[in-house]
Amino acid sequence: MIRRRDFALGAAAAVLAPPARAERPALDEMVRRITGGAALRPGRVTLDVPPLVENGNAVPLAVAVDSPMSEADHVRAIHVVNEKNPQPQVISAVLGPRAGRARLATRIKLADSQKVAAIAEMSDGSFWGATAEVVVTIAACVEEVK
Amino acid sequence: MTARVLINVPKTAKRGEIIDIKTLIAHPMETGYRTGPNGTILPRDIITLFTCAYNGVEVFRAELSPAVAANPFIAFSTVATESGTLEFRWRGDNGFAASATAAIAVE
Repeated sequence: MIRRRDFALGAAAAVLAPPARAERPALDEMVRRITGGAALRPGRVTLDVPPLVENGNAVPLAVAVDSPMSEADHVRAIHVVNEKNPQPQVISAVLGPRAGRARLATRIKLADSQKVAAIAEMSDGSFWGATAEVVVTIAACVEEVK
Repeated sequence: MTARVLINVPKTAKRGEIIDIKTLIAHPMETGYRTGPNGTILPRDIITLFTCAYNGVEVFRAELSPAVAANPFIAFSTVATESGTLEFRWRGDNGFAASATAAIAVE
């Protein structure tokens, strides 16, 4: 038998407990985590993603960074983050002078129309970024699983 | 478990030339946010790490999240320094591991 007080406590706990889908940090917060508080400057990064996609399950994305990719001056990492998926991170790539050209291409999932950002971490410790708005007509993660 | 892998690397290249590499691997990339037919959440099953080593030296590494589409496609570049092999490795949830190699001849 469930006593009234136990039930009340249980209900209170359910209300106070965080939702099953834990809160995700905002895009700005995620950018701060990557840069560690360093300034993120616009430019040098080209983020190529279609402005309108029909299917959010596979959105082509390409990032290119303007860099000589020499021992002294190269791109250390490329991070891609999003605004509204359940998790902010998409992909983080580590590269170096042996890459020759700082570029990365992949296909991503987008749960909603949102902003996508690419951040390049340079060997001198500076961060450069670019953002793009993507409109998604059929979102990822909502389709029925058969 | 062997996953189907597709790799595109030029067979020959000039020394110092920047080559483009494309990789594709068959994998569901289940996000862990979708519900199955009986209403329970499908457990996460994704590839978390991809690496490429050129004659044993790592030249590219990527950490993947659930937001990478199913059958992950990753393209990047590297400098053709010497003849040898490129080794690609994928690691993921539930002990997923796959690898593939491609040979390149550098003139």
